[in-house]
Amino acid sequence: MNDTLAASPLWADIATAVLVVVGASFAAVGSFGLLRMPTFYRRIHAPTLGATLGVWSITLATIIFFSTQGYGLFLHAVLISFFVGLTAPITTIFVMRVALFRDRRKPDPKVPVPPAFGTTPAPAQPPPAEAP
Amino acid sequence: MTPILFWGLKAALFLLAVAMLCALARLLIGPTAQDRVIALDCLYINGMLMMLVLGIVYASSVYFEAAMLIALFGFVGSAAMAKFLLRGEVIE
Repeated sequence: MNDTLAASPLWADIATAVLVVVGASFAAVGSFGLLRMPTFYRRIHAPTLGATLGVWSITLATIIFFSTQGYGLFLHAVLISFFVGLTAPITTIFVMRVALFRDRRKPDPKVPVPPAFGTTPAPAQPPPAEAP
Repeated sequence: MTPILFWGLKAALFLLAVAMLCALARLLIGPTAQDRVIALDCLYINGMLMMLVLGIVYASSVYFEAAMLIALFGFVGSAAMAKFLLRGEVIE
């Protein structure tokens, strides 16, 4: 611990503490949901709580803490927020495609089938007879 | 460091450790491979948040660089694993 820690004002300490605890709570709730939910398709929703609000709160706490240390504005942490906000949906969509791809190869009636392009999902009909 | 910030950081580190344990449990017991992929992704994000909190604890911006690297490589690793599960090859 160095001496510059005493330089930060009280409101900055309180804001940092509150934001850090809130962000860590969101991350803990999201990870607990990841452990607790019954199926994969419900489970994939939970960690996004920690990837959005948790990351935003803790990076905001980092910005407030380092900006009140006397070294000027510390805005590098916004990079992490933007990067995680950009990549977390990509990962989620990608893993979702993986789960659908792997589940559709198994004969499971609970897995949703892909709808036809440009139309509303029609009720199941027998395939038309192939002309020879 | 005021006591409220001290105990707030302690509580945040405890909560993040609990979050990482939950993600690790899902990583170990996950029935399918895609469960393990999202559990590892969640573990990466929790570790990155813990790096940021440790940077506040030690008042050092070096931890910020580590958090940035963890975020970068976590995304690359998750995308590569998803690509492997989807196509059987990482780079085609």
